Amino acid sequence: MSDFSIDVKEEGDVVIISTDGYLNNVGGEKIAEACYEKIETGKKHFLLNLEKSTVVNSIGVSILIEIIEKLQDHDGKLGYFNLAPIVEKTFSIMGLTKYSTIFTSEGEAIAEMS
Amino acid sequence: MKGSSPVVELTLPVLPDMELAATKTAEVVAKHMDLSDEKSAEISMALIEACINAFEHSGTNKKIEIHFRIKEDVLEIQVTDRGKGFDESKVNIPKIEEKIVSDRKRGWGLQLIKELMDSVEFESSTEGTTVTMTKKK
Repeated sequence: MSDFSIDVKEEGDVVIISTDGYLNNVGGEKIAEACYEKIETGKKHFLLNLEKSTVVNSIGVSILIEIIEKLQDHDGKLGYFNLAPIVEKTFSIMGLTKYSTIFTSEGEAIAEMS
Repeated sequence: MKGSSPVVELTLPVLPDMELAATKTAEVVAKHMDLSDEKSAEISMALIEACINAFEHSGTNKKIEIHFRIKEDVLEIQVTDRGKGFDESKVNIPKIEEKIVSDRKRGWGLQLIKELMDSVEFESSTEGTTVTMTKKK
């Protein structure tokens, strides 16, 4: 029913994935697929721009936990920026902020992740 | 006093992303009650999780029912499925430290509902489950 799309770009060593739509299981799998493809090419620092994903569910967010686990195996990092307040709160309740980082802006995120 | 409170009723088929139909209704109800944007978003998130749980419990009964009861100082939402029921006491509180190394990353729904709403109660039997959750104005 809901459309979910991603746009992938690179800023130096950092892969930035911008999402658009409801971050559910389908959305989470699309993000994971994009991350895993880039990990195969040697990338290990990932940023999610969630400006256009203001609605999430716990299944979609659980897939982000899978990505974090995968990145730990590659000494990588996951970060986010442009989160809606409820998305940030959800990430906090689920504990994602212990293993990944929420940034206030794309500039800060790239500077910290590079 | 239950009978005198306005009630918005919604029946959802178990179809992909149908929980978003519930959040649209919740937004209208929250606006009617003049709830803050923050509280409205918390209600919608909790409702998404309650609907997903209900969809998963529904088994062959392919619909769930939602009642939004508008009271003076509180919104009460009931989400009912006609599935086989579940035992809340057997649901473990998820911990990220365990989930990150576990094969099962899911299982956060109840925790999110409890954190986002002011109260949550469950009534479950072999004939179905009703989650009753409230948000104060």
